[in-house]
Amino acid sequence: MHELGVVFYVIKDVKKVAEENNIKKVESVTVEIGEVSGVVHSMLKDCWDWAKKKEPVTEDTELKIETIEAVTFCEDCEKDYPTVKYGKKCPHCGSEHTFLKTGNEFMIKEIGVKDEDN
Amino acid sequence: MGKVRVIEIHEDVFGDNNKMAEEIRKDLKEKGTFFLNVMSSPGSGKTTALSAVINLIKDKVKVGLMDVDIESSLDADKVSDLTGVPAIQIHNGGLCHIDADMTKRALNEFDAKDLDVLILENIGNLVCPAEFDTGAHKSIMIFSVPEGDDKPLKYPLMFSVCDMVLISKIDTKDFFNFDMDAAVKNIKNLNPNATIIPISAKTGEGMDVFAKWILDNAKAF
Repeated sequence: MHELGVVFYVIKDVKKVAEENNIKKVESVTVEIGEVSGVVHSMLKDCWDWAKKKEPVTEDTELKIETIEAVTFCEDCEKDYPTVKYGKKCPHCGSEHTFLKTGNEFMIKEIGVKDEDN
Repeated sequence: MGKVRVIEIHEDVFGDNNKMAEEIRKDLKEKGTFFLNVMSSPGSGKTTALSAVINLIKDKVKVGLMDVDIESSLDADKVSDLTGVPAIQIHNGGLCHIDADMTKRALNEFDAKDLDVLILENIGNLVCPAEFDTGAHKSIMIFSVPEGDDKPLKYPLMFSVCDMVLISKIDTKDFFNFDMDAAVKNIKNLNPNATIIPISAKTGEGMDVFAKWILDNAKAF
């Protein structure tokens, strides 16, 4: 639901990096998104394709999405388990004293640049 | 096809927002202004509950309100009419949330330096506002009885990020088969440290506890 807002952040960051590196056109941007970050990939792509045209540096940029697996840690039995399958309750011991280790990220990993474009 | 060069970034997308939020928090603390972010779904009774609590505290502390909506200035006008405190309306351009940058711009328009308490009435939405740090010192959410005692199970992030949950419209509890114990248990499972206060702006129940919570927080500055 907040995909559009997030896309503007990404564009702002990409623009900044491009300026620092004297890049006029960015070929691709790769983002890493946690499985339970609540971001809908298809909506993110749609928002990206609409918003990217607002800046010359990103107007032809492809968005690549990589997923970070959600892992929850149980404080009682000190084991990890996959969050998406089991949620808040530890499948090893049944405890609910658990917290999310990974899976809530939204990171810009890297950008790809073609030298012939710049 | 030319060769593609890769530039590694590895930056949190929320990094800039979080940095700006920290600056706002620090700046307002230095000015002695307690900044409170209020979140909820649309129609939970935010505007009514806030107007009522502002009337209980406005003689003791100087209060200001920032109201966020997609359109209209209905809410800011209503609070201002009911309480007489300064209120400004922020239009967030149709987005589903307000972030630190929008807060900062609103603060620049609002002369916050003399305020003891500044309340941000966030946009009615239980998903996106939970993701964006606004720079508030404390965040609370208002969860109204007609929404059902299982609401925390459906919107876990919102219930995890707030410092306090107000269960509002408790005068309607019997009409909706609302199980207060189940609601409290569902909230505590997600957020063991959350303060929970049942309130009714209509009957006044619990409003003094809510008012005291704000005054205690403001005093801590």
